[in-house]
Amino acid sequence: MTVQIKQAAGALPDDNGHFGPYGGRFVAETLMVPLRELQEAYDKYLSDDDFLNELDEDLRQFVGRPSPLYLAERWSAQLGGAQIYLKREDLNHTGAHKVNNTVGQALLAKRMGKTRIIAETGAGQHGVAAATVAARLGLKCVVYMGAVDIARQAINVYRMKLLGAEVVSVESGSKTLKDALNEAMRDWVTNIDDTFYIIGTVAGPHPYPAMVRDFQAIIGREARAQILDQAGRLPDALVACVGGGSNAIGLFYPFLDDSDVAVYGVEAAGHGLETGRHAAPLCAGRPGVLHGNRTYLMEDDNGQIIETHSISAGLDYPGVGPEHAWLKDEGRAQYVAISDDEALAAFHNLTRVEGIMPALESSHALAYAGKLASTMARNQIIVVNLSGRGDKDIHTVAALEGIKV
Amino acid sequence: MGRITNCFERLKDAGRQALIPYVTAGDPEPAVTVPLMHAMVAAGADIIELGVPFSDPMADGPVIQRAAERALRQGTSLRDVLAMVAEFRRQDASTPVVLMGYLNPLEVMGYDTFAKAAAEAGVDGVISVDLPPEEARDLLTALGGQGIDPIFLLAPTTDDIRIEKICAVASGYVYYVALKGVTGAAGLDVQSVADKLAQIGRHTGLPVAVGFGIKDADSAAAMAKVADAVVVGSSLVKKIEQNAGQSDRITQEITDVLARMRVAMDTHKDRSSP
Ligand SMILES: Cc1ncc(COP(=O)(O)O)c(C=O)c1O
Repeated sequence: MTVQIKQAAGALPDDNGHFGPYGGRFVAETLMVPLRELQEAYDKYLSDDDFLNELDEDLRQFVGRPSPLYLAERWSAQLGGAQIYLKREDLNHTGAHKVNNTVGQALLAKRMGKTRIIAETGAGQHGVAAATVAARLGLKCVVYMGAVDIARQAINVYRMKLLGAEVVSVESGSKTLKDALNEAMRDWVTNIDDTFYIIGTVAGPHPYPAMVRDFQAIIGREARAQILDQAGRLPDALVACVGGGSNAIGLFYPFLDDSDVAVYGVEAAGHGLETGRHAAPLCAGRPGVLHGNRTYLMEDDNGQIIETHSISAGLDYPGVGPEHAWLKDEGRAQYVAISDDEALAAFHNLTRVEGIMPALESSHALAYAGKLASTMARNQIIVVNLSGRGDKDIHTVAALEGIKV
Repeated sequence: MGRITNCFERLKDAGRQALIPYVTAGDPEPAVTVPLMHAMVAAGADIIELGVPFSDPMADGPVIQRAAERALRQGTSLRDVLAMVAEFRRQDASTPVVLMGYLNPLEVMGYDTFAKAAAEAGVDGVISVDLPPEEARDLLTALGGQGIDPIFLLAPTTDDIRIEKICAVASGYVYYVALKGVTGAAGLDVQSVADKLAQIGRHTGLPVAVGFGIKDADSAAAMAKVADAVVVGSSLVKKIEQNAGQSDRITQEITDVLARMRVAMDTHKDRSSP
């Protein structure tokens, strides 16, 4: 069986990677030709049956796809509103949606003859997913991670090391995900000849936002078929958390032409949007240029990127994929924000009521879905992307609650 | 004719190459920058590249990253940088000043507002490291309207098609990044730079400056044999870092480095020209 990746012809981005005014390719000249080569390779293999078959096989046998679409019956009953289905990306190998993308990009790296993989990571989930595929393919792997994130995601750091990756602590700037991305770009510019940069979200210069979306869209394609099969109809709403936006666009993309399906992206409100201590560029930022594309950013009046805050390292990013910026302006998707406290409450709630421990990132989507469900009727349906499992966050949660594990 | 073109014509007549120091504006504190610019001119600088600090300097190595962090901690904004250029211009009407930085501060100010303010301050050229010509149309229009030269980078990976495309929109000079890497990196290879400059020369009559990886008088002299201008950044910024808090020593050490480069660049010329 051959999977089909591209949506309708004529879909965005355009040839220069633009989603309306967003996206594009804002990088130093040294990277322009390598990006063009990446684009050409990607375009070629997207219509190459061998490549697509190998990807499909890897997703089934290595990742464990398709992931279930699970009806959270007790939780839905507790809320007394819409029926909530969870797309179980937490059940993927390595515990999050990130691996869908690393499997795809690593196959591309291999086809392009690259022997070394680099990646940036925030929560460590993408780093683990990159280290995992590198181990499997016998590629050298270096992961850049902010010093602040290394401290709060110690388990994932150790996982990456066990997998044979080198984890480089990034000490510049705010020492979080954005700085890790800067450092990975600096590595790439220096080692272009043998190195493939696997970006972990739908950010970066063209073709990354489109390529990562296409690899993650398996989530939405499966969910769409599953809900039609299990409920006999399309959902009324989709909900996903938005850090860079890859799990969200992965779920949303195959539904974008279904105009009756409402789409909600959930950003991190941190301590509250009004405090400024958050990571919600779509809700509270404005357009600018960072990390190779034009998008909504958290920036000051002088165009400097400002520090973000979220309880979840994976959402702690001042930018967002350019396609989300465009979906926001077009009004096709709505973007909302959930605070640290609300996410934490949702983390506990799902764990106790459904026996599923969600990642703190995904807990933002769950918290919003809970609010939304209460305002909807019992015969309505919400699909939530449960983007990852919560094991990696146990130490964070325990520390917040003053418990030593 | 702009100051940059003027400068290169004068140098060409004299059979010399331009020495272009880079420092980050506001590093280690704003008061240091303008006197340092004057001192660098006195030590032999022909053009000054003044860095506009940015929070996420993706193309810079650790030395210039830390310079940007120091300048930002002092609150140095794009407007402050323009004010420094205006102050510099009160005593120096001829030395070209080129701003070098990243796009976002220009975006936020607005291209037209920026171009007008820059022209008023006496800025001659602008390098936005993360702005390839494909995305540059609006900024090019704004700069063109004010007679400011847009200066673009060329890299070892740049092929003939792109050289052509870039040189078609550039003016003043083009800046060849001598190695695959970030500012301050090692691994400069004179022969490969010479080959690439010959390739670039087949597409443009613009002067070509070479930067990234030039550390001392020897590497400056070697580059001056093949290029029209030599840019030196990280090794100067390192002096600022080592002497932060002692502005006299900063000036002294930086002008020493430049003076040695100047002599090395000019001496080799005396020898090689018949
Ligand atoms: C489980 C999980 N969900 C979501 C995210 C956020 O990334 P994105 O918005 O690209 O899906 C992360 C990032 O690390 C993650 O680990």
